[in-house]
Amino acid sequence: MTYTTEMLESIKIVESTRAQRIGQVFPTMSMEERKKVLDAFHPDFITSGMREVRVGVCKGDRTPIELADVLEARPRISPDFDLSSPEFETDVLVVGGGGAGASAALIAQENGAKVTLVTKLRFGDANTMMAQGGIQAADRPDDSPTIHYLDVIGGGHFVNYPDLVEALVKDAPIVIQWLESLGAMFDKQPDGIMMEEHGGGTSRKRMHSARDYSGAEIMRTLRDEVRNRPEIEVIEFCPAVELVLDELGQICGVVLMNLETNHHFYVRSKVVVLATGGSGRLHYQGFPTTNHYGATGDGIVLAYRAGAQLAFLDTMQYHPTGAAYPDQILGQLVTEKVRGLGAQPVNCKGEQFVYPLEPRDVESAAFIRECKEHNLGITTPSGQPAVWLDTPMIDMIQGEGTIEKALPAMVRQYKRFQIDMTRLPILVYPTLHYQNGGVKMNADCHTNVPGLLIAGEAGGGIHGRNRLMGNSLLDICVFGRRAGFTAAQISREQQPGKPHLQHLVTWNQELDAAGINGDLQSPILIPDYVRHG
Amino acid sequence: MSQTIDLIPIYIMGKRYDVPASLTIMKAMEWAGYTLIRGVGCRGGFCGACSTVYRIKDDPKLYFGLACQTIVQPEMYLGQIPFFPAKRASYDISQLEPQAATLFKIYPELLRCLGCGTCTKACPQELNVKGYMAAAMRGDISSIANMSFDCIMCGLCAARCPAEEPQYNIAILARRLYGRYLSPRSEHLYTRVEEIKAGKFDGEITELKLMKPEQLKERYKARDIEA
Repeated sequence: MTYTTEMLESIKIVESTRAQRIGQVFPTMSMEERKKVLDAFHPDFITSGMREVRVGVCKGDRTPIELADVLEARPRISPDFDLSSPEFETDVLVVGGGGAGASAALIAQENGAKVTLVTKLRFGDANTMMAQGGIQAADRPDDSPTIHYLDVIGGGHFVNYPDLVEALVKDAPIVIQWLESLGAMFDKQPDGIMMEEHGGGTSRKRMHSARDYSGAEIMRTLRDEVRNRPEIEVIEFCPAVELVLDELGQICGVVLMNLETNHHFYVRSKVVVLATGGSGRLHYQGFPTTNHYGATGDGIVLAYRAGAQLAFLDTMQYHPTGAAYPDQILGQLVTEKVRGLGAQPVNCKGEQFVYPLEPRDVESAAFIRECKEHNLGITTPSGQPAVWLDTPMIDMIQGEGTIEKALPAMVRQYKRFQIDMTRLPILVYPTLHYQNGGVKMNADCHTNVPGLLIAGEAGGGIHGRNRLMGNSLLDICVFGRRAGFTAAQISREQQPGKPHLQHLVTWNQELDAAGINGDLQSPILIPDYVRHG
Repeated sequence: MSQTIDLIPIYIMGKRYDVPASLTIMKAMEWAGYTLIRGVGCRGGFCGACSTVYRIKDDPKLYFGLACQTIVQPEMYLGQIPFFPAKRASYDISQLEPQAATLFKIYPELLRCLGCGTCTKACPQELNVKGYMAAAMRGDISSIANMSFDCIMCGLCAARCPAEEPQYNIAILARRLYGRYLSPRSEHLYTRVEEIKAGKFDGEITELKLMKPEQLKERYKARDIEA
């Protein structure tokens, strides 16, 4: 599985311009140039890939077709599902076993609540585990949360909810300290100074990392800590299939499904934290994805059916550097840290064509333009367009051995397919990476549905129309912790009432009235990858 | 079925399926008709859900890999180990001392390690598991932390260990001890946290929040970018 002859020829051209490109800074785009490339090439602006949602509180909003389909699908259970005897009761039910769910569980438990965490697959099967590059926090003397705020809101096209951005940047250093106190290992100099790099759209180096296992390090630490607290019960392979309301319209639990036995059961709780993550496995516009297997947008489907408002769900993040070759790893993440450390994207003529660290949406659109409009990409034998990412530059700039030390996961990934990325460039193309929007929330993680809290990628508003690198690992910790705190508070005051699923009756009526009669049920839980026929 | 695809025989838990030769084990199972629930996770080599043991016909040697990262081979006999019931101790990280005695107390079986290296052979991350276990027996917490850092906790080491060691759980204890107690303290982080708690940036951020969009855009454009 090495490179083809054509690719090796192309690599020679890349190598021939390398010496001259080192130190050569490609100019950043003006706001006008950014808008132009986004409008023409970013998938969010491909109108044929979007449509209006026809039912629910956000009726009329535009969203990718694949998401609209699951939002408008039928519930998996009947409205007369028996809720008379809950399987068990708890104060705080956290749905989702990623970084946001784990953070929420820890903080809710510390604040006196009885906590149960349920998750669809294994605890830790989440996009958190796969995040490589790092986590932002303005903790250096020449940086500040104020500068971080500007970077976030500019990267998000100035439409982010200001309260959420404020919470994100002010909690950031506190979160790093918290993670360290739990034993997470960050990359540091011997004197204790954190090693911090740029990410796309940052004006200061504030990307903290744990080699290129940053998310894995955070996830396994949080998971280990949750498992160390017997007060928190963890139930795996039990996704939520419906939210349950009481007569006051407050959340009073969820219906879960044992994925292995098909047993459905009701769990009663005073508050629910939805931390179900994103939806990359819906493969918007046919894009491959970096996301884990379970990222099927379950939480937004459930929240929407229960009456929660959504925000920014017409915008998805396409990570500029998904692996484009070999086919076996198509769409898998090549961390932005690769560019942060100095690797340049170059076209088939060995030329730079974009500043390497534009915000992700802009960078992705520029890659697509280079291939589709300028025809200066490389096409793989399976027809996948791509550009080169000149990885060997890293060792030339930062010193021999840097790649192996800073990017062991990447090196290992390519080595498994007989490609040595320390010596040869790699082929990349945008891949579906992140759900910028989600369920509308405030800084205490409340949605408009009482008793329903949101944390992590399922939430919307923090990142506006585009998230910057390193703000997702941050977001899950910041808002996971906040959700845990709010949940504990609610559980001290709230008594759940009589449970019902009346919202499903209304929902089905609304679907009927809109003439939506498909047989799709949601949440879909598991993507369908089985070969048919 | 298309005639143009090059199909090879593989044996999933003993049962033969003919699958395209270019697929990973995971995609081959799906091609064969499996809807995966266990033994699948991130599909990118980070989560350790899809540990797989395999053997090639007539070859007695056992091989280990991740189903999402390993390409099928002709006559491959494969079995997955989606879960392994290795011991995992519970502890309160805030009450521990970063010392050898802590490791021995929490995982006394550590001292039973035979140093045979079967764990190292089984590691799909190609980590020197035997090496970090030796460091554990010496009580060298920072070496364990560094050597085990790329561990994805798939459990294959423990599954193969004749001494019944839970290597990957010992390793995360060591990493957490290192991260909390031994890694050099970042003064700049502590300073910044104090500043935030004292409200040092509240005024500036409130000003940005109240700014008119055009003004905010100007501020954004005028940022100086650190070289």
